[in-house]
Amino acid sequence: MRKLLWGLPLLAALALILLLGRGLELDPREVDSPLVGKPAPDFASVRLDSGAATTLEALRGEVTLLNVWASWCVACMQEHPLLNDLSRSGQVRIVGLNYKDAQADATRWLARHGDPYAWSVVDRDGRIGIDYGVYGVPETFVLDRAGVIRAKRIGPITPDYLSQQLLPLVAELQAEPTRP
Amino acid sequence: MRALLILLLAGWLGLAGAQEVDPDRMRKLSEELRCLVCQNQSIADSQAPLAEDLRAELERLMREGYSDAEIREWMVARYGDFVLYRPPFNPRTYALWLGPLLLLLLGGALIVRLLRQPPATPPAPVDEARLRALLDEPEGAEPTPDPDSKEPRR
Repeated sequence: MRKLLWGLPLLAALALILLLGRGLELDPREVDSPLVGKPAPDFASVRLDSGAATTLEALRGEVTLLNVWASWCVACMQEHPLLNDLSRSGQVRIVGLNYKDAQADATRWLARHGDPYAWSVVDRDGRIGIDYGVYGVPETFVLDRAGVIRAKRIGPITPDYLSQQLLPLVAELQAEPTRP
Repeated sequence: MRALLILLLAGWLGLAGAQEVDPDRMRKLSEELRCLVCQNQSIADSQAPLAEDLRAELERLMREGYSDAEIREWMVARYGDFVLYRPPFNPRTYALWLGPLLLLLLGGALIVRLLRQPPATPPAPVDEARLRALLDEPEGAEPTPDPDSKEPRR
């Protein structure tokens, strides 16, 4: 009993060290989105290219990556070549959400860096972004055919994330039978 | 006259219904919501563009007559429990809320145990002869202090 009492503080200290060590590994920026598993919030806006009206309805029926981007977003440049490659491969449709951007800047940015998007939805004042819980650009939502958010990536897509998580998930969702 | 009164009343109610945003309420609410861009600041303190947008949204929701609880729900639906500086009590946060209490109880129990335990070795019996020798020793005896010297100085 005596010995056990002496060992207790040591054990407690060890447990604390392990806990704090784990804390160092976690990234506080990666916050679980409460939206995963829920239907994507509806929106009514216009397309960046044509100015035509567009809503969430247009995203349904096909597994889609909804990628939040902006011409002022430096980190977007990091993932952009990957998106261009992915778009060219035709594996999955990518739709852009042009977040708090000026139309001219956004159009010029796409012309310079390439346009991987089937189309981009204009979110001039960031209201759509708020409904999607966007707090840092870039962010990427994976939507299944029914328009349900199945995953959310905060920050740029990395080659590792793309090959190990994103593409397997997309393949899995594409294999899901279409619900009536 | 009666019609006029009703009209006045209706006008007053209409004004009240237009919901002026109470700055105190706005302050209180935005202080307990976390800005996700600069995570250690509240929406009230942060200068980040998103915090500005969210303050505007808060104002809009208040003007539309949302209650505090509904506004918090609105925020949590978008950004998760993480936006609340005062986390809710649910299965995911049991450890957070109950952990300190548990540790306190554990520590308290430990202290009580230690205090109640009889000393491990009973005190050695007094060696009477040695005690007497020590007491009778003339050199070791302390001089009895003069009672007058203890008087407080004035």
